Amino acid sequence: MPEYWDPLIERMPVEELKKVQEDKLKQLVRYVYDHSPFYRKRFDEAEVSPDDIQSLADVKKLPFTVKQDLRDTYPTGMFCVPQKQVVRYHASSGTTGKPTVVGYTENDVKEWSTSLARGLTSIGVGRGDVVQVGYGYGLFTGGLGLHYGTEMVGASAIPTSSGNTERQIELMQDLGSTAIACTPSYFLHINEVTKKMGVSIENDTKLKCGIFGAEPWSEEMRRRIEEQTGIKAYDIFGTSEISGPLFTECTYQDGIHIWADQFLIEVIDPMTGEPLPDGERGELVVTTLVKEALPLIRYRIGDLTIINSEPCKCGRTHPRIMRILGRTDDMIIVRGINVFPGQVEDVLMSIPEVAEHYQLIVEREGELDRLTVQVEVTENVFSDKISDLMKLEKKVGKALHTVLNITGKVELVEPGTIPRSMGKAQRVIDKRNI
Amino acid sequence: MEDKLIKQISIFAENKPGRLEEITGQLKSAGINIRAFTIAEAGDFGVLRMVVDKPDKAHGVLHDAGFTVSETDVLGVEMSDSPGGLHDIATVLGANNINVDYAYAFATATENALLIIRVDDISNAITVLGGAGVVLIGIEEVK
Repeated sequence: MPEYWDPLIERMPVEELKKVQEDKLKQLVRYVYDHSPFYRKRFDEAEVSPDDIQSLADVKKLPFTVKQDLRDTYPTGMFCVPQKQVVRYHASSGTTGKPTVVGYTENDVKEWSTSLARGLTSIGVGRGDVVQVGYGYGLFTGGLGLHYGTEMVGASAIPTSSGNTERQIELMQDLGSTAIACTPSYFLHINEVTKKMGVSIENDTKLKCGIFGAEPWSEEMRRRIEEQTGIKAYDIFGTSEISGPLFTECTYQDGIHIWADQFLIEVIDPMTGEPLPDGERGELVVTTLVKEALPLIRYRIGDLTIINSEPCKCGRTHPRIMRILGRTDDMIIVRGINVFPGQVEDVLMSIPEVAEHYQLIVEREGELDRLTVQVEVTENVFSDKISDLMKLEKKVGKALHTVLNITGKVELVEPGTIPRSMGKAQRVIDKRNI
Repeated sequence: MEDKLIKQISIFAENKPGRLEEITGQLKSAGINIRAFTIAEAGDFGVLRMVVDKPDKAHGVLHDAGFTVSETDVLGVEMSDSPGGLHDIATVLGANNINVDYAYAFATATENALLIIRVDDISNAITVLGGAGVVLIGIEEVK
């Protein structure tokens, strides 16, 4: 099994890598200015021309792009190529607003797959492996993205998509899946169903790793998944606007490798838009250096993270981002306090008695926000003494208060009451009409 | 000692309409008879406790239906169905420093009533109650 997909690029000395980025950035701004009326107008309004971009540091002169720009120019107003060069479209579901459309040239699909091929190789997935792709296939980028990456490294892809869980488990056993790609919450559901079927992932399948993403999940959740199923759980990151799932951790599980020859990343203060130094937490901004159909300049993804530019122990020199625990638009404000669902998950999963399924409910009573955390009572922790159950409620409430500084009501519910998701789990139910 | 213990079935249930119906429906179709029953409520949830004729079967049926179920050893204490009956039992336990976690009682067709108790020291309770001449109803007699 090769250690690197492209050793020359992945281990390139940082200074050389920066030179590559600088050259590509200069080409990119010229390209979008010449090919997209949208960008030309945007640059002109910001009084910046391609000639002003002479070094990597000059990137901050460029205006940001945001999701609303994609909505405003729906469907293809930001594209830089004619339709005949587009070999694929994906579209967002539009659950949080008007849908957005992303197009790909042949080369865009190749670059996307290459990014994943590097990631899969870095977690030891390659020829001989069987990857069960449990992300949705279709307009959502998850399924097809992982599918193409899997084929590129020479592994076998099983395009199960999400749902039909018992069939997934049968195929996992019959075809000997060694890796599965899906949302972490769906994998938890699969694990529940395997138990009901009398199957143990650890003993009765060949599964060695999971590639989990498309929703925030915590380090504590990782620890639990690994303990319960004996697999290694890796984080994957990406979003449809910049192609789809793109970047993974390596076997060191110490940050997600962002391929610098393809993408330029920055972290900014979400309030002021000012770039923040390495190591500071802020909003992730991505510039696509090689995309042709829909290049994005300083695109504000909305995820909050920290950049680590130190080369990784695995030998890769590209920058890493910390696990993403929240998005600016996932954040809920409860009684004036910013709460990220990922933060809450970290607290809940650190309490051994709390099972993996939970839900946060925010309501408003009069002028006051009320936060309720529902956790399921499993047989492992069920005591028939009411006082023990009350103690559990108090313990969870106290832990949340310590970390979030919010008093929430803890509600113990029966197992199976919290909806199981096949795709992205809905962890927060906001019933306030604000 | 084993023959003096009763396996009580405890079920976690959310405090909302229809939950009891669901549980009793499961027991009914499995042909399980409930001999003693109580619900302890604690706000949003409650714990149902019951003594049934086939505890292992009841456990299996409810577990398979997705309920959170546990089995707890309790004692079935026979007491006189007349003034002071419960007091006599409480006196023996109190004098021997045995704490009652919870209890529920019901009258029977005989002149005795039955008290189900969960205590903190079950083997000691069996000894001292036996020593005081109190009759403990074993699992066989519940069937």
